[in-house]
Amino acid sequence: MTLLYFAWMRQQLGKNAETIELPAGVGTVRELAVHLCERGDTFANVFSDLTRLRAAVNQEYVGWDTPLRATDEVAFFPPVTGG
Amino acid sequence: MNTIRIQKEDFDISAEIAALKTSCGGAGAIVTFTGIVRHDDGVTAITLEHYPGMTEHEIARHAEEAQLRWPICGATIIHRIGALKPGDNIVLVATASSHRQTAFEAAQFLMDYLKTRAPFWKQETRGDETRWVDAKPSDDAAADRWR
Repeated sequence: MTLLYFAWMRQQLGKNAETIELPAGVGTVRELAVHLCERGDTFANVFSDLTRLRAAVNQEYVGWDTPLRATDEVAFFPPVTGG
Repeated sequence: MNTIRIQKEDFDISAEIAALKTSCGGAGAIVTFTGIVRHDDGVTAITLEHYPGMTEHEIARHAEEAQLRWPICGATIIHRIGALKPGDNIVLVATASSHRQTAFEAAQFLMDYLKTRAPFWKQETRGDETRWVDAKPSDDAAADRWR
């Protein structure tokens, strides 16, 4: 699956995208976020408070309990500030 | 017909109005909204980032919703990305309809949804300091009234 990060998340994580295998035991977007927290302090700081973040799967907004498939494009980003 | 563009370049409001007028022959009203980088708070520059693909998809979905909710003939939505400075155009929303009321309402609806749903993020620079802009609860409240 492809993971995408935007705005301050991208800056703090030091990357805008990565390709990973759907981790064992990860079934939902929330579980993926919890799994990413386990990578260390940088990810834990960014993903610790999901109320500050939004998620999209295959370019559509989703809730945190949305199921994931191995081929999904999952994006994490802060609330939007365009216009 | 809806026109949606995400671009670095500036846009020509007159040309966009003319194009919308041509594609919506018989329209009695065209409403336009232009968002401009403000000079306030000592902001010297802004940078806009977006999520290519999802941005166009979200805007198209809301333009189609606007056409279902109001009898508008079409809409033009142009949003700039990249580095901008105070006084620069950021966004254009234009709606064409038979009558002004529907054109005004559809344009407000599209702007409120652009602010709260379209995946753009704004960074402000003041002198040496650059920071990401926080989302505003007032923008969410403005979008909520269309639910």
